[in-house]
Amino acid sequence: MTVSVDGRSKGGVKRFLAEQMRNIAPIFTLLALILFFATQSPVFFSVANALNIMGNASITGIIAVGLTFVILTAEIDLSVAAVANAIGITMAFFTAQPDYVNIAYIALPGGIAIILTLLAAFGLGSITAFGVTKIGIPSFIMTLAMMQIANGISALLVRGQIAYEFPQLITTLGSGTFHGIRWSIIVCILFFLVAHLVLTYTRFGRYVYMVGGNREAAEYSGVNVKLIIASVMVICAMCSGIAGMLGVAYFGSAQQNGFDDFLLTAIAAVVVGGTSLFGGRGGIGNTIIGLLVLGVLNNGLDLINIDSFLKILIRGLILLIALVINVYAQKLKEGAT
Amino acid sequence: MSLDSELRTGGVDAPSVNLPPLLEMKAVTKAFGGIAALKDVDFSIQPGEIHGLVGENGAGKSTMMKIIAGVYAGFDGEMLVDGRPVHFRHAADALAAGIGMVHQELSIVPDLTVAENVFLGSQPVRGGVIDWRGMNALAKQQIASLGLEIDPTTRMGALPVGLQQLVELSRVLFSGARVIILDEPTSALSPPEVERLFTVLRRLRAEGRSIIFISHFLDDVLEISDRVTVFRNGRKVITEQTYALTKDSIISHMIGRGSIDMHMGESATLCGDDTKPIAMQADQIGDGRNLTDVSLTLRKGEITGVYGFMGCGQIELARALFGKIHLKSGKMVLAGKPVRFGSTAAARAAGIAYVPESRRMMLFRTEPVYKNISISILDRISRLFVKPGAERMIADAHVKDLQIKPQTTDTILGNLSGGNQQKVALAKWLTHLPEVLILSEPTRGMDVGAKEDVIRIVKSLRDRGVAILVLSTEPETILTLADRVTVMKKGRVAREFTQGQLEKADLLSAA
Repeated sequence: MTVSVDGRSKGGVKRFLAEQMRNIAPIFTLLALILFFATQSPVFFSVANALNIMGNASITGIIAVGLTFVILTAEIDLSVAAVANAIGITMAFFTAQPDYVNIAYIALPGGIAIILTLLAAFGLGSITAFGVTKIGIPSFIMTLAMMQIANGISALLVRGQIAYEFPQLITTLGSGTFHGIRWSIIVCILFFLVAHLVLTYTRFGRYVYMVGGNREAAEYSGVNVKLIIASVMVICAMCSGIAGMLGVAYFGSAQQNGFDDFLLTAIAAVVVGGTSLFGGRGGIGNTIIGLLVLGVLNNGLDLINIDSFLKILIRGLILLIALVINVYAQKLKEGAT
Repeated sequence: MSLDSELRTGGVDAPSVNLPPLLEMKAVTKAFGGIAALKDVDFSIQPGEIHGLVGENGAGKSTMMKIIAGVYAGFDGEMLVDGRPVHFRHAADALAAGIGMVHQELSIVPDLTVAENVFLGSQPVRGGVIDWRGMNALAKQQIASLGLEIDPTTRMGALPVGLQQLVELSRVLFSGARVIILDEPTSALSPPEVERLFTVLRRLRAEGRSIIFISHFLDDVLEISDRVTVFRNGRKVITEQTYALTKDSIISHMIGRGSIDMHMGESATLCGDDTKPIAMQADQIGDGRNLTDVSLTLRKGEITGVYGFMGCGQIELARALFGKIHLKSGKMVLAGKPVRFGSTAAARAAGIAYVPESRRMMLFRTEPVYKNISISILDRISRLFVKPGAERMIADAHVKDLQIKPQTTDTILGNLSGGNQQKVALAKWLTHLPEVLILSEPTRGMDVGAKEDVIRIVKSLRDRGVAILVLSTEPETILTLADRVTVMKKGRVAREFTQGQLEKADLLSAA
């Protein structure tokens, strides 16, 4: 969580709360949800269920890491779920499939398949980056196009079929466990750690925040704004791609529409966590909280036997409340300084 | 031509004495937060008169016009239209009373047609839908009454600025304005466009309409006006028949030469030295729009001032040198090598620093001071990881050196006063001295103390060998800082002063 040092400056507690509202509100939401479900369901508050929640959130988590970079620069990427699916399918395309599925593939050794697949993710990210920075297409529209392109790649490669085989390494990371903990959770936590280090302690991370905070000022300070934005688009596509690779292994299959829910959940996680949609504020800490809020909510609603149609509505309402807080926190902050 | 001169002679005598004034302002005083912007001003417009209004920035012209146009509702004094006292609450009230304004920044919608712009907000409706045929015909007629022929279905944005302005003028006329306020109407126009505008204005005058012509371009004011009013420091200095005025006499009224108003920045002794080594040269550069064939030589250890009115191309010049605007023509040479910057990052890497005219454009209001200072040197003090310790140390040295208050590096920038923010903006570029430092309006809107600090800092940088370019619309800033001066006018270099005594009046008359 990015807790800045200005709490001490004049204005005191009220100023501090205004500044930190985007960080505090999600934590309280998470605690309140945990408390609520713990009292409502006997099985909710257990290590097994906690691991279950984290396992379910881990694939979304890797996507949300990339999206955090993008949203911090005040851009958006709507293609994350489609890219994840296309890359997962691409990996399957490079792997020998069993005879009983009628699907085209190129049988490559696992290592080469993984490298080629990562290159494909890099390629898709580069196309998005080129469109946004060189041509000047707003990221909202550019990634909408990329979403359709990635869906097209998926459709062409599977042609309505389902692929089941993936490189051994990926199958392990996606669906295997390590001392009872899913490998995907460990990978996701590694992504959190690295991304947090990059955003907080590296020069690139500083540029990401500054470009999001005031793009014009960054440009007039001689920061290569386009390069930063291109980089975050590529980082996001890479994260989505890796999430897609692990995801298909996690599901055990690669098929059209395999990641349909993931776009909304990933964006919701970043925003619910309190990262500013206007850029420059928030971070990986916020994203983790956001993921947990959504994970706990989904899991808890399942456990307490609520009307499953009502669940969808409740998720929408939670997202709306998070958006209100997000925008309101921005206004509070602007009023404070 | 003969028609024009006929109309003009008619205009000179007709309005002044016999008729009652169309619009009269009596003893108008207007203060903002205790500071008087207008003091006891009398002002009147005759029917069928073109009235020139001149004065320096901040002399009170705009305040007066905003009162007349109903933008400022509260003021002391009296306003009479046709001899009856009026009180406008909104711009709409003024328009209803027959007073309309065309602002310097045109309020047009470029993607709508000419006709739609003329009728913006009051499209003729027949049976619940817009009557396109009727609207186009009326617009065509309206524009034709100005002696112009424009297809009313043309997209507004496709017209040159001069015609856009006339379309906006016809909108104001269509709403029934008898008094039309034109704010800097010629600043973006080429000479033939100015001539066309003047022909239209003379035609309107012959119809008995009155025009208030606000302008910095004194030649234009002298050519078109029947009477001229000069403002200085919130007071009206004089209203006089144009034939009794010259450019020099207007300038001396504007700056109050010989009066007790004399103050710093009234004149300067230039000491441009052509033997100093050249840091950067611009050779006939242009951006295809607001900048044409501008040549400029910046020398090490010298401050070059660029003076001109708002919209003269200064801003574009600074942006072009810093790689923000791409050149369409000409070339730039830095330290003997031709350069072409694809981005501001490339310009910075080449040793060019830029502080734009608005602090908001280069500072991060919600970030602490040290991050604001370190952003432009981050690649020099850190490779992969940032070093907040080193950043704070560097920032701390600047904060002490430039006497930035409060003297802490963790303060959020938005909590600093304007003058201190400007110092932070400068401090960004001082850790590693740039080859060329470009400053747009370095002292605008600052209190006296901060102003003097900034002037001192800029001069000390000059003495340490930096080539400095100062761009300003305030003659005082240029005269206080510059060793040599280039005056710009409508995107071109109008005049250069290298040595000898330079008076404020010289600057004003060259622009």
